[in-house]
Amino acid sequence: MKPAQQRRSRRRAILLALSAPLILAGCQLPSFGAYGGVSKAGTDTFKLWQGFSVAAVIIGGFTFLLMIYVIVRYRAKKKDTSLPKQTQYNIPLEILYTIVPILVVIGLFAATVVVENKVVANPTPQATINVTAFQWGWKFTYPGHKAYIVGQTTQTPTMVMPADQDVRINLRSADVVHGFYVPRFNFSRYAQPGLLNVFTFNITKPGLYKGQCAQLCGLYHSLMYFNVRVLPTDEYDAWMAKQDANTSIVNAAAQSGAVAAQISPRVPTNRAQSQGAN
Amino acid sequence: MTDLIERPTTSTPDEGGPSSVDHGHHDDHGEHHGPSGILKWLTSTDHKVIGINYTVTSIVMMVIGGAFAEVIRAQLVSPTSTLVTLQQYNQLFTMHGSVMIYLFVGPFAFAGLANYLVPLQVGAPDMAFPRLNALSYWLYLTGSLTMILGFFVSGGPAAFGWVGYAPLTSAINAPGAGADLWIGALMLTGFSAIFSGVNLIATIFYLRAPGMTLFRMPIFTWNMLVTGILILLAFPVLTAGLIMLYCDRHFGTHIFEVQGGGVPLLWQHIFWFWGHPEVYILALPFFGMVTEIIPVFSKKPLFGYKGMVFATLTIAALSLGVWAHHMFTTGAVLLPFFSIMSLLIAVPTGIKIFNWIGTMWGGKLHFSTAMLMAIGFVATFLIGGITGIYLASPPLDFFTHDTYFVIAHFHSVVMALTMGAFAGIYFWFPKITGKMLHEGWGKWQFWTLFIGTQVFTLPGYLVGLHGMPRRMAVYPNNPSWQTLNQWESVGALLIGISTLLFVVNVVASYRKPIVAGDNPWDASALEWFTSSPPPHHNFTSLPPIRSERPVWDYNHPDAPALGHGHHEPAATAAEKVEA
Repeated sequence: MKPAQQRRSRRRAILLALSAPLILAGCQLPSFGAYGGVSKAGTDTFKLWQGFSVAAVIIGGFTFLLMIYVIVRYRAKKKDTSLPKQTQYNIPLEILYTIVPILVVIGLFAATVVVENKVVANPTPQATINVTAFQWGWKFTYPGHKAYIVGQTTQTPTMVMPADQDVRINLRSADVVHGFYVPRFNFSRYAQPGLLNVFTFNITKPGLYKGQCAQLCGLYHSLMYFNVRVLPTDEYDAWMAKQDANTSIVNAAAQSGAVAAQISPRVPTNRAQSQGAN
Repeated sequence: MTDLIERPTTSTPDEGGPSSVDHGHHDDHGEHHGPSGILKWLTSTDHKVIGINYTVTSIVMMVIGGAFAEVIRAQLVSPTSTLVTLQQYNQLFTMHGSVMIYLFVGPFAFAGLANYLVPLQVGAPDMAFPRLNALSYWLYLTGSLTMILGFFVSGGPAAFGWVGYAPLTSAINAPGAGADLWIGALMLTGFSAIFSGVNLIATIFYLRAPGMTLFRMPIFTWNMLVTGILILLAFPVLTAGLIMLYCDRHFGTHIFEVQGGGVPLLWQHIFWFWGHPEVYILALPFFGMVTEIIPVFSKKPLFGYKGMVFATLTIAALSLGVWAHHMFTTGAVLLPFFSIMSLLIAVPTGIKIFNWIGTMWGGKLHFSTAMLMAIGFVATFLIGGITGIYLASPPLDFFTHDTYFVIAHFHSVVMALTMGAFAGIYFWFPKITGKMLHEGWGKWQFWTLFIGTQVFTLPGYLVGLHGMPRRMAVYPNNPSWQTLNQWESVGALLIGISTLLFVVNVVASYRKPIVAGDNPWDASALEWFTSSPPPHHNFTSLPPIRSERPVWDYNHPDAPALGHGHHEPAATAAEKVEA
């Protein structure tokens, strides 16, 4: 091949390698193990996950095949004591495998920024929930409403939120660092003492979802569960109206919640006590 | 220092090299009149003795940390297991992480083998500061014992994870001596690391043999130079953070506590400002070992030597600007900056992987245990590296952070490093002891380790994507995670068996020794020019150093490395550099 021709074919190969993820994006892609996402941002995150996975399979697969080829092809033959060619450098090749990864990284970064801006966006909310994590439970309150949900370890609290609305979460911690993590939402965020974290969910699929503390927070970290019940808008409004009307229950819940938040138990070193939690 | 001047070979007029190849056997230079037996190990300032002390101690730590891991994996076989209590579980994973990171991987790499090899590879009689070197080991040993002592105090050892996020580490949240012992242990081993770093840098800059220019140094030595620099940049930050934490706990300062105006998040910044360069402080020595081993068993020079050096320097530079990718979910860091910096590290790492493959390309590959371990390292590191790219993207990190996906990712990386460690052990054991390790046992060890690692990590990625957070003693709400967890435990068991096979191999090599000779692998760096084990002052003679493969050039004068794509002998190229 002439050098110009060679350059052209190489350029074509690079272009093909770079556009492969885009071509494949048109087809139905597998989930690569991740959840599809039940929120708007979660779906975008899932698509980003698929894109990264396609790139990983292509690049990783290519490198593994190269390794296997080399291992099989260049195994030393028995009794062959001659030395191979002592090649030490191939500058064009080295430049190629420096430039191509840089281009891939730029592509991955660009996709990341696009999705990231959607995930961390905080539009004007249609509903707001204050979430407070404490050792070892969760408290959910609704500004302007009387609904008050609290629970810890064995009594798992359930946060109620509307579907198809921008729901703002104000996340705080009463003591140590916790992690607010709902796997199906494809999202987690730390709850940190002294810091307010604000983020937005827009859940497209009503249902009951499991959530859990993701950041080690002491003895009962493994049991710091919560649930999220996503209701269609009309059902959510009905639920909220009921909460606002029913003052007695709210007060009782508020009291027990306040108590729970205040006396969040400290690490018992007693073996029997901690065994009991299992 | 006088030893440097006394080196006979470099002044030998004979172009061919040393006048005598029969070196190192009871001549004046090799004899050392000092204490012997246990007293020798206690008082020596010889880098080889200290290197062996370090290596043995760190392998003992690996076995201890590995035992914790086996208990952890046994607990997770069932969602509601009661093998250990919740508190014991928290203590176990804290100590597993702490022992492995602070007491095994790092010290093994940057103080164990490096201590033994760097002076040999640069043709020096010892490290630059032999007494500081001894102090370094003693601080490390004391620190290790301090860490382990946590098990013997009331309340048990620390239980806040190896990263110790404030304010879980405060006097109220973590009362008892265990947490203080953890802090003390980290300070002691931190100072030990800093002294090792100083020693490495000084040795490499000032004690190189005549002719050993920077670009003729073996890659392992290059990597140790860069590691030393990273140690000096990172470890003082951690040590300072630990002093602040201690003051918070005992003297009523409020640096990491909201009450009183402190900032808990500051701990995460300090910790990871150390913690991310630390990842490369751990990795670079093993990159170096593998880079020494692959060319030897391919019968070729390293492909892209200079590219390798620049890749190492690039990794080191980038590694100082990526710490907050551990903190994407805090909601308090600049996401795009730390994202692009973290993604960019894939580029020099990729260069390394392609250089390793390029070295094997067109070679004649001999699959000794050391070579298998090195290839196992590359393959496993590739998996860990690719999954690391996901984690550099904040939206993807949001839903994998603190899950088993992250656990699987960094265990792919550290298990790759462990394979690198065993590659190094199998490769240099003959030099250090004069005996070969048994290849049959070695291959069994490799396959159990390699398969065990994949069986352990691959289900971890999946169970993490299914939403299993790390540091869970029980998972009663999610019994569907059980099967994947059981596979992980099978993998962990295989890894445990591979460690036992290694112990068997070492014992076997002492009971039925196979004499190694000076250069059993036909290797190319200077340490293979002296006897096995080397005499007290390392060398009685040195070959001429005209390329980065002085011993190869000496043994194969007719097969020099080919230069920059031209069929030009390396010696000529090297002379051009000098001119």
